[in-house]
Amino acid sequence: MNISELKTYEHDVIVVGAGGAGLRAAIECSAQGMNTGLVCKSLLGKAHTVMAEGGMAAALGNVDHRDHWKVHFRDTMRGGKFLNVWRMAELHAKQAPERVRELEEWGAVFDRTKDGLINQRNFGGHRYPRLAHVGDRTGLEMIRTLQDYGIHQGFEVYMEYSALDLLKDGDRIAGLVAMVRDTGEFVVFKAKAVIFATGGAGKAWKVTSNSWEYTGDGYAMAYQAGAELMDLEFTQFHPTGMVWPPSVAGILVTEGVRGEGGILVNSEGIRFMFDNIPQRFASETAPNEEEANRWLAGDKNARRPAELLTRDVVARAILKEVKEGRGSPHGGAFLDIANRREAEYIKRKLPSMYHQFKVLAELDITKQPMEVGPTLHYFMGGIRVNADSQMTNVPGLFACGECSAGMHGANRLGGNSLSDLLVFGKLAGTGATDYCRSLGQAPQVDAQQVTQIIRSATDILNRESGENPYLIHDDLRETMQDKVGIVRTDEDLKQGIDQLEVLKQRYQKVKAEGTSQYNPGWHEALSMRNLLITSEAVAKAALLRTESRGAHTRLDHEGESDQWLQVNVVIKKGADGSMDVQKVPRPQPPQELQQVANAELEDLETAIAAEAKT
Amino acid sequence: MAKLRNFKIWRGDSDSGDLVNYQTEIDEGMVVLDAIHRIQVESAQDMAVRWNCKAGKCGSCSIEINGVPKLACMTRMNDYGEEETISCRPMKSFPVLKDLVTDVSWNYRQNQRIEPFKPRPREQDGNHRMMQEDVDRVQEFRKCIECYLCQNTCHVLRDHQKNDEFVGPRFMIRLASLEMHPLDTADRIPKIREEYGSGMCNITKCCTVVCPEHIEITDNGIIPLKERVVDRYYDPILWLKRKLFGKKDQSK
Repeated sequence: MNISELKTYEHDVIVVGAGGAGLRAAIECSAQGMNTGLVCKSLLGKAHTVMAEGGMAAALGNVDHRDHWKVHFRDTMRGGKFLNVWRMAELHAKQAPERVRELEEWGAVFDRTKDGLINQRNFGGHRYPRLAHVGDRTGLEMIRTLQDYGIHQGFEVYMEYSALDLLKDGDRIAGLVAMVRDTGEFVVFKAKAVIFATGGAGKAWKVTSNSWEYTGDGYAMAYQAGAELMDLEFTQFHPTGMVWPPSVAGILVTEGVRGEGGILVNSEGIRFMFDNIPQRFASETAPNEEEANRWLAGDKNARRPAELLTRDVVARAILKEVKEGRGSPHGGAFLDIANRREAEYIKRKLPSMYHQFKVLAELDITKQPMEVGPTLHYFMGGIRVNADSQMTNVPGLFACGECSAGMHGANRLGGNSLSDLLVFGKLAGTGATDYCRSLGQAPQVDAQQVTQIIRSATDILNRESGENPYLIHDDLRETMQDKVGIVRTDEDLKQGIDQLEVLKQRYQKVKAEGTSQYNPGWHEALSMRNLLITSEAVAKAALLRTESRGAHTRLDHEGESDQWLQVNVVIKKGADGSMDVQKVPRPQPPQELQQVANAELEDLETAIAAEAKT
Repeated sequence: MAKLRNFKIWRGDSDSGDLVNYQTEIDEGMVVLDAIHRIQVESAQDMAVRWNCKAGKCGSCSIEINGVPKLACMTRMNDYGEEETISCRPMKSFPVLKDLVTDVSWNYRQNQRIEPFKPRPREQDGNHRMMQEDVDRVQEFRKCIECYLCQNTCHVLRDHQKNDEFVGPRFMIRLASLEMHPLDTADRIPKIREEYGSGMCNITKCCTVVCPEHIEITDNGIIPLKERVVDRYYDPILWLKRKLFGKKDQSK
């Protein structure tokens, strides 16, 4: 193949992924004078961010003035079971309010308080009403605002292009090869820096809230290029996905339902979350219905209902009810808002949920309870990055948003994702700009690497015969659901890893029918490689971590272990091509941050109030 | 119980194409997009269809089902009779790329033409203040998921192909969301009349009918914009005032 015949685009920075993080990163690069390209698999404005419902967390203090970045930081660390990269949680809590205001400056129209400020709602694990929101379609507001603002900032958008693999010049990044989905043609992007904002890999599981795009492309491409992955065992199962009918199982039911007062009930009519309050949160959670009802009525001295505990806790509690025979008819729990709020209020605050259940489940949530159960929702782990610059260990490769690791530790709080996208999207843009400016000679593209990437992709089409990619995918989803699920054991994980080996062998013979033009079977086969690498990494990390922490639950290793708090699980491609899985010690956190995270809430608030007076 | 159902799905590209017969089993609760996916796995691996969220939030899977523009992910199979054959075609108003996928890039170009949001300065404490009742109508327009079903249906575009003269209902409500935004300071009224084609719409409300978000596109968006144009250009008193004082009328 003569690569000079391939269409080649040259930019300083290529951003891969056009959700909140990718768009924010591209906007930042452009603002700082970088010639920027944005490559995305879908049409602009359709990325997964669009599905985020509840809101974006930021300590604006508009609804409760006691809120402060330190309280947000403390909540985030406790939610993450202290495995978060401290610096990232600090940067996030400090910078989130300005990112929310900036979004408003760019045209976002958040719901308002009575005083006309940005309204904030309650959410799991957040001490105060903290989530700036627009009904239950906050993600749509975010992506449309970034899109409408972004298209005037001068970066090029390459819609419906799939990034296939990175190109390197020695150790550093030189660009990437992509495929145009419409036509099937290959293109080369020459770039000094690449920012991944590629999201997670929920499509490896059977029950997931994620769309087809979530195939771990960033993890796999980074891994192939020598980057380190970290904490991949922490996969969040959102407690409330739809469970019925089967074709929509897994579709998200926003935590906002509980934030607005919704309660979880088992088949015996019991609010079971009060029996599932972990010690760590006992002093900050209402122990009974009476206090929880006062909270709903607006009593600021009442503590939060147990339904608003962190997602890992709620997901396991629902699973327990189902396993012990107190589940709903289709194997979930009942989520009831109908008996808690007026129909008009529900329709105003949760319009998408009302619509979604009405159409997809033929159920009126203002009259009947919903049936919900855990659904694979989010990757806390991902590509390991420097907390300030977002650069990986591969010079010129950056990552932000869900595909990067560290910010959320062992479990993410709802609402911290949308703010994460903006805070770290911007930082990645700055990091990539600084890197480009520091470069002497521009990196060169190696023709052999390009040829190799294209050949791997076309082999799938050119084979005489082979396995149906959709069926390999179905089997992968079964494996991950059964063996690498919400609760894990040594035995299951080992069986899962064995099954993944078989799937990897089968994948070597995958065959896509048809031509290269807009061919979903081929696209499916291409993303299978990425899903398989990611799945193997998740399973191996989960096998190594012999403790239960946050979203990672090991039935054979109950409880958190102090030793495991000292390490991250870091994965990279070994010299022999096999997956190298290591425990890597974590650096000691700064004392000041430790004090904030470990403080009793009352002491912290007294200190903040005193600070404000001086 | 699963039942075998008949489908006719348009297969082809920009040159040619035709409806092709398929059969697949339908389980309880399935939507048309589920059926298309099942057919893909069973007998048409390379059949092209756009989709993302499968929950009516992203606006990717717009097609014409039995002649009606709809989101495939929000159209239940039990909306149709058990013996009824379901036909699926690509949106008619846009060029076909392949099978059910069309080239919607024209819409992105329209958005690019629109002068972006231009806010007034923040208040002294760094905040913007807006009352909920003042943003309700803007929020209605901002529910739009850009499925382009309204663009596909609008007869100005669909039947008369006046794509050069009218930006279409989607971008009329985008304009309305900007013009009615309490913080916005730009004036788009002249362009709404002269370039974006507010006069082209003769309020047949076909766009409103197909909107999956139930936005009152015509009544709440397009008609108020038309009124603003009329006020600006055809109200003799305001016209005289402008002549005398040379000021633009800000009717936000």
